[in-house]
Amino acid sequence: MHEHNGSGSPSFLARLGGIDRRWIFLAMGLSIALPILLKLRFPEYPGPMAKATFDAIESVPEGSTVLVAFDYDPASAAELQPMANAMVHHCASRGHKIVFMALWPLGRQLADKAIEEVLLEFHPGLRYGTDYVQLGYQAGNEGVIKLMATNVPEQYKTDTKGTPLASLPLVAQIKSTADFALIASISAGYPGAKEWVQFAESANPEAFKLVCGSTGVQVSQLLPYYPKQLDGMLVAVKGAAEYEMLVEGKYPVEKNAERLGQGRVRMGPQLVAHMLMIGLIILGNIAMVAGRSRGGAR
Amino acid sequence: MRWLRHDLRRMRWIAVASVPAIVLAQTAAAQVAESAARPTGIFNSDRLGLLVALVLICGAVVGCILLARTGRPLKIRKLAALEAVDEAVGRATEMGRSVLFVPGIQDMTDIQTVAGVTVLGRVARTAAEYDARLEVPTSRSIVMTAARETVQAAHFAAGRPETYNDNGIYYITDEQFGYVAAVTGKMVREKPAACFYMGAFYAESLLLAENGNAIGAIQIAGTAEPSQLPFFVAACDYTLIGEEFFAASAYLSGERDQLGSIKGQDIGKLMVAAVIVIGCALATVGALFPATGATGAVDALRSFLGG
Amino acid sequence: MLQRTIPIAILSLSGIILMLAYFSPLTTSWGETVLGWFNVLAAVAFVLGAGNLLRVNLERISAQRSGWAYSAITLVSFFAMLAFGLLKLGAVPSEKHPDKHFAGAYEGPTAPYGWMYEYVLSPLTATMFAMLAFYVASAAFRAFRAKNTESILLLGTAFIILIAQTAAGMFLTGWIPQDSVFAFLRFDSMKIAITEYIQTAGMRAITIGIALGVAATSLRLILGVDKSYLSKS
Repeated sequence: MHEHNGSGSPSFLARLGGIDRRWIFLAMGLSIALPILLKLRFPEYPGPMAKATFDAIESVPEGSTVLVAFDYDPASAAELQPMANAMVHHCASRGHKIVFMALWPLGRQLADKAIEEVLLEFHPGLRYGTDYVQLGYQAGNEGVIKLMATNVPEQYKTDTKGTPLASLPLVAQIKSTADFALIASISAGYPGAKEWVQFAESANPEAFKLVCGSTGVQVSQLLPYYPKQLDGMLVAVKGAAEYEMLVEGKYPVEKNAERLGQGRVRMGPQLVAHMLMIGLIILGNIAMVAGRSRGGAR
Repeated sequence: MRWLRHDLRRMRWIAVASVPAIVLAQTAAAQVAESAARPTGIFNSDRLGLLVALVLICGAVVGCILLARTGRPLKIRKLAALEAVDEAVGRATEMGRSVLFVPGIQDMTDIQTVAGVTVLGRVARTAAEYDARLEVPTSRSIVMTAARETVQAAHFAAGRPETYNDNGIYYITDEQFGYVAAVTGKMVREKPAACFYMGAFYAESLLLAENGNAIGAIQIAGTAEPSQLPFFVAACDYTLIGEEFFAASAYLSGERDQLGSIKGQDIGKLMVAAVIVIGCALATVGALFPATGATGAVDALRSFLGG
Repeated sequence: MLQRTIPIAILSLSGIILMLAYFSPLTTSWGETVLGWFNVLAAVAFVLGAGNLLRVNLERISAQRSGWAYSAITLVSFFAMLAFGLLKLGAVPSEKHPDKHFAGAYEGPTAPYGWMYEYVLSPLTATMFAMLAFYVASAAFRAFRAKNTESILLLGTAFIILIAQTAAGMFLTGWIPQDSVFAFLRFDSMKIAITEYIQTAGMRAITIGIALGVAATSLRLILGVDKSYLSKS
């Protein structure tokens, strides 16, 4: 605790170290709200991992069958839905046939959202059963992946509408994960991208390209797999924003473009919030030094 | 409420009896599908390296336990977080406030939860000795049951069986954020003086730790989730990082057998370090001098260990 | 005596069998089977948890202890969702069997259960998750102080990553050519170096330690060395 010494500056600076956290919360709230309200946008420059993800999807022959796994829930949707939307649009624009699935119970609803708001919005000519299929959620965590690695029809007997897989032209010939040209896991934790690497990629190495999108906290667990087992990786909102730039550059849309730009929208608050945090850290250290000097001068 | 407890006890037996029938049917179907793709034979030779590693590491742990029994002196470095358990519980007693113990949000299938519940036993014993009130909100029903058994045993061990009250150990919800909302609400209203977070945590780790900080509680955390460790380190007074968390129960018990197992764990680490150094050296030699064949040795080592 | 011996025997036997079962193609799936048994037990044990939830909250309401209103909200929500889900109140009639009430669907937002999920639980979950942003700021303000060498290193890496994760990184150092000798001073290069080498190395070391800790803890339990989880006989 400081002592009043008659001169204001050192005491004031030292007091800043004990600022009520509610001021910090208010500052953070404003730093997130204002960029959204003012529609602040900043340029994004795609990094190597976003480019690798983009190239992986581009390198797969047009019209290939790809699997997109929605391994997250609404809590992580703010971070992951933008990259999921961009990936779905990218695959559809490339002419790929998309099979949707989920390892998290609520992932299925998020996949439905991507189908409704992106796939059918920007590619209205696509037909269910021929161009895309929704397999839905299956319980079993990595057990689902293990069984799909050898026998997809045994794991998914029907799609979400109850139609047997054999009746759907897109998936009738799919026997295992090796029959997909690319697998994408948008993952928020367990089960997710790590399990796809451990149980799908290791069961059929080099059989398909594997890319993932993950939350920021997971990156340290997934980095060891890139670039050998993972052909591409999108990390957090920044990865989503960079990937959106690349997709928009090659496959622009005319209407409702904001649905494919949410990653970039969220980078505005991220920049301001990060600058606030840097400012707070500097302020905290100034207060600490001021408090020490005050104590040392006595 | 007696009728509810009686009915629940009956239902438990019905459930236990029906389990084999349900699962046998599922197992038969799953095994038919899997058998087509599995390797044949009695032993899966792809996993030989793993078996060797298992034997070596388990051998080290068992060997050190046996060595500890002979009475050899064991030097285990002090873990500040565990030395602070007594201080934390004592503080709660002095202030007349409760001790909060959160055993993570996963079920008993997660080894972190098992480790958390064993640490709970030690903390509960200290709380019983100090006559501090202990609260254990759980996120899973089976964890609640296990925690009750553990805390009851701790009260017996402390010689205070009459002070055990199972009202302090209760179930909230399986839903992650519903659970943390309830626990943080409780922290803000009742202001426990000491908070222990021992188990598997995900996004809620920072919510718990910051709330604990806001109420001025002393906080001791332990988890093996690498992505959550930075939040606990930043926000808690003491943090058990990874393997320290698993060593906590053994450390707090003070029993020679258990301390010996910590030594065995360290020997296992030395073995892993040796393999890493050898592998790195071979890879470096192979990169600099390809003709030596060291790269082939690295590939052989990798396929032996990795399967 | 038996109260402790039988659980230890079950744990030891099943632990050893499942450990060895992993190495034989004939028994590899036993672990998943046992997990299936546990999942069934956990589902049934939920009844115990729900019973406890009711008891604790009803006691709090009847004793009018502080915070009893929250208990009332908990119980109202609990019974409401139970009614909507178990009894399928308001479920959308099935196309194939429109006259059979329990064939209806309750997941979509048109049914009360789905509506509560979509418009109450999901936003609340997202709100709790969003609170992390505020807590990260207060934690950073309090914890990132340059007290010693290690904390200065922590501070430095935090600055680099915070800046590199935004457009500010490219703005400040994007002008340095990628192929120049000073390319390592670009924020994106520093971020990659920190995350791919330093952070990954540290994480791997922690993960190895965790794996060994798991092995040692499991062995202590299987061998019956650690009995603290058992009740006193």
